[in-house]
Amino acid sequence: MGNSLTLSGVHAGYGAVHVLHDVSMTVPSGETAVLLGTNGNGKTTLIRCILGMIRPTAGTLTAEIDGQTHNLIGMTTEEIVNLGIGIVPEGRRLFPRLSVEENLLLGAFRPKARQELKRNLDFCYECFPRLAERKSQLAGSMSGGEQQMVALGRALMTAPKILLVDEPSVGLAPILVSRTIDKIKELKDSYQLTVLMAEQNFNQAIRIADRGYVIVHGKIAYSGESAADLNNNDLIKKFYLGL
Amino acid sequence: MKSPVFFLVWIVVAAIVFAFGLYLKNDYFFFAGYTVLQYVVLATGWNILGGYTGYVNFGSAAFFAMGAYASVVMHKVAPLPVPLLIIIGGIVSGLVGLGMGYLTLRLRGAFFAIATLALAVVLQTLIVNWDFVGGSRGAYIIRPNTLDIAGLQIPYIEYLFALMLILAVCALTVARIVERSRLGFGFATIRDDEVAAEACGVPTLRLKLMATTLSGALMGMAGAPFPYYIGYLQPSSAFGLEYAVNSIAMPMIGGTTSWVGPLIGAIVLGTLQQVATVTISSAVNLLIVGLLLTGFVIIAPNGILGLIHKFRGQSDADKVGRRVIRETP
Repeated sequence: MGNSLTLSGVHAGYGAVHVLHDVSMTVPSGETAVLLGTNGNGKTTLIRCILGMIRPTAGTLTAEIDGQTHNLIGMTTEEIVNLGIGIVPEGRRLFPRLSVEENLLLGAFRPKARQELKRNLDFCYECFPRLAERKSQLAGSMSGGEQQMVALGRALMTAPKILLVDEPSVGLAPILVSRTIDKIKELKDSYQLTVLMAEQNFNQAIRIADRGYVIVHGKIAYSGESAADLNNNDLIKKFYLGL
Repeated sequence: MKSPVFFLVWIVVAAIVFAFGLYLKNDYFFFAGYTVLQYVVLATGWNILGGYTGYVNFGSAAFFAMGAYASVVMHKVAPLPVPLLIIIGGIVSGLVGLGMGYLTLRLRGAFFAIATLALAVVLQTLIVNWDFVGGSRGAYIIRPNTLDIAGLQIPYIEYLFALMLILAVCALTVARIVERSRLGFGFATIRDDEVAAEACGVPTLRLKLMATTLSGALMGMAGAPFPYYIGYLQPSSAFGLEYAVNSIAMPMIGGTTSWVGPLIGAIVLGTLQQVATVTISSAVNLLIVGLLLTGFVIIAPNGILGLIHKFRGQSDADKVGRRVIRETP
């Protein structure tokens, strides 16, 4: 059964500021799509749109969850999360004064996720053994990489079918960036997730990408349908690296 | 401790306080005690929105006054016993809270605080221009001297004091239930990081509306018996600055993360103000609040509770909702 995400002709912005212009993209079931772009091009805005935190001014936004199609426009964030779209927010946004376990349990706030709480928690600890060791540590006192693990784990606790990851590399050492990216790939494979990842780090991101979109000034400047496409494309170098 | 047990224990404490008042044979104890208890309810109500959810409400006086004016209206239309008036006041202020929530909760931080301040001004203007409740002249409510309950002549002030005691116990119980429930947990996540809470699927808007309604209702209940206590209600006293300031200062001084905080704050600050009113002057009240608040913000930002935790070597980690999560799996 399919879990895919489709945007077509999406326009959005903040008040008078028009950020996204006619954005169309698809994340097919079981694939990892990466959204590439440097700062200020609309990556986070796009993610917010999908999550219902910003309402698009035009266009359609649909998600297919377990073969059922849902129109995301007009739904509230919690309804969207409850559908099975999980988010790892930019900059992790943990609850620093709660322990690791409490942060994870918080991911299971929604009724649907609560039913599978035990299983998801075990799964989290299996994926991230480090978190099992540090259950009772305050999340705010952990290192950046560990915090990113908690944020990923917390998103898994919502029992998502589609996982949105917003800039996992923010504030991480290069080696941790590559580990985090690997982990996302691993999670996707073992959990059969559909992943949309917004990222600036081009080289790291395309390692796990099945397809990619380059966003420049709120427009999709290039869409690559396969990993090879992304690797060998001069356009990407031009748009993205400015070469 | 289970909530019903907690409630009964505090009812016993309340009975002891009341018995102590009777033993003193001093009406002033009841007059002063009523004000302190009223602040316990007001501070507890404020704390549900301000402390647990982190939305600072500067319009407490408006909720208090709406409760009081609901009683004035009822008094003119169809006089009811005060316990019923308390419920009506709670409903009216709860609705005002819900409305305020719908209007303002998309605002955050300082903007929300400013909006609540404006709400108080708007409502005060409405009341001032509403002749039915006396407008700016105010309204008289002549209360009987005694109340006849089962043949016993009970002085009216003792009756009001007893009602306020029960109301305070109810408010504390409600606050404690909220604090230890999934609801309180949701409130705490909103306070810590609203965006992250939404990303986890916490229905933030709905929870915030519940917080404003509950908080407003409790503050309205605190105000409902007020016209009977004071005898003459005018807008400038019902919307008085001291209600807005005290209902913020008391939880801040006591500690905002637990039901105990507003209780401690209200008793300490309320008693101090009563003492100052008798010994110095009533005008010195706000000065005391200001000085204490400034002192606490500098010395003990987590209030008296924070200080206690510090001396016992516990972390200041807040308690709201944490019990629930630990018990969930």
